[in-house]
Amino acid sequence: MPHINVDKNLPGIRSLMAFSPETATPMGELANLLLRTNEGMSMADRELIAAHVSYLNDCFYCQQSHGAIAVCYLDGNHDLVEQVKRDYTHAAISDKLKALLVIAGSVQKGGKHVTPNQIENAKNLGATDRDIHDTVLIAAAFCMFNRYVDGLAANTPTDLSTYPLRAKQVAEKGYGNHIFSSKQPVPENEKI
Amino acid sequence: MAYIQVPEGIPGIRSLVMFRPETGKPLYELAQVLLRGDSTLSEAERELMAAYVSSRNDTMFCMMSHAAASRALFGNDKKIVDDVLKDIQHADISDKMKALLNIAGKVQILGKEVKPEDVESARNEGATYKEIHDTVLIAAAFSMFNRYVDGLASFTPTDEKEYEAMGKRMAEKGYVPPINKE
Repeated sequence: MPHINVDKNLPGIRSLMAFSPETATPMGELANLLLRTNEGMSMADRELIAAHVSYLNDCFYCQQSHGAIAVCYLDGNHDLVEQVKRDYTHAAISDKLKALLVIAGSVQKGGKHVTPNQIENAKNLGATDRDIHDTVLIAAAFCMFNRYVDGLAANTPTDLSTYPLRAKQVAEKGYGNHIFSSKQPVPENEKI
Repeated sequence: MAYIQVPEGIPGIRSLVMFRPETGKPLYELAQVLLRGDSTLSEAERELMAAYVSSRNDTMFCMMSHAAASRALFGNDKKIVDDVLKDIQHADISDKMKALLNIAGKVQILGKEVKPEDVESARNEGATYKEIHDTVLIAAAFSMFNRYVDGLASFTPTDEKEYEAMGKRMAEKGYVPPINKE
């Protein structure tokens, strides 16, 4: 049960955003800027970083949600997303993305865990300053989103079939207040 | 030296926001709403939470600057800031504030560390749901800001006087993103 009186019909961060729309607005804008662009890194790469960090933070709602969004961008490649979440070292992704995931993993532990070697390695594999900036800020932002969701014990659907429906909403329209203010998607078999 | 090419001599998050103003805008807006928006928690108390979480994350820049802002806002009671950073239990703050700082400390470790009994203690001391929400989000947001600042090795001034001036400015003007000079 959530720690505060949020709307019971909304899952995860959606219920918290509806509880506090003033803070939801900049958080949604931040998510859009970090995750909804293909500049330097693809939207799939960005969601993979978000899902991996959420996995490390043991935030079920966020790792399932962002994993499902990454699956949308990767033409349904669910296995790849699961592999990157758990252990990306042997995953079929670029060496550059692997080097950026190393940095994201360090940020998850604490900012000071990022080392000059990790940065140099990413740069040698083609990462720009902007890629490194965005990786660090995506990882840092998910250390916030994950703590927000679990710290208030937001509702976490355990039925995994509900995640792709919400993921589709985000893949089509991006982040923002529409994810809590518009109608929540309902699975086919529950439609009346 | 910072890991990416940020303007030289500009400290902490300001240099990162000048590197990428687009993301800086919502980051500063979030700080402004959380630390200066409508709340039954005072601005001084919210800055103290920010300093406390930053201290636990060992992020010198955020800890020093938000502690300085909190001191400026507490005015004559500024001793509270250093007392809390040293030992919450013996600081001269309300039991409600102690219970909220306990929650902030749990969030700093990880979201799941906040247990129903932590929330119940705060509720018993009169904390509202909004105060609990804001406490969790302030602690979560500083778990982000701290990692952003340290993860890119941004410049951290060591002169305490510099932070005093920074804190005063933060107390008076709130969170206004720096403007890039072309």
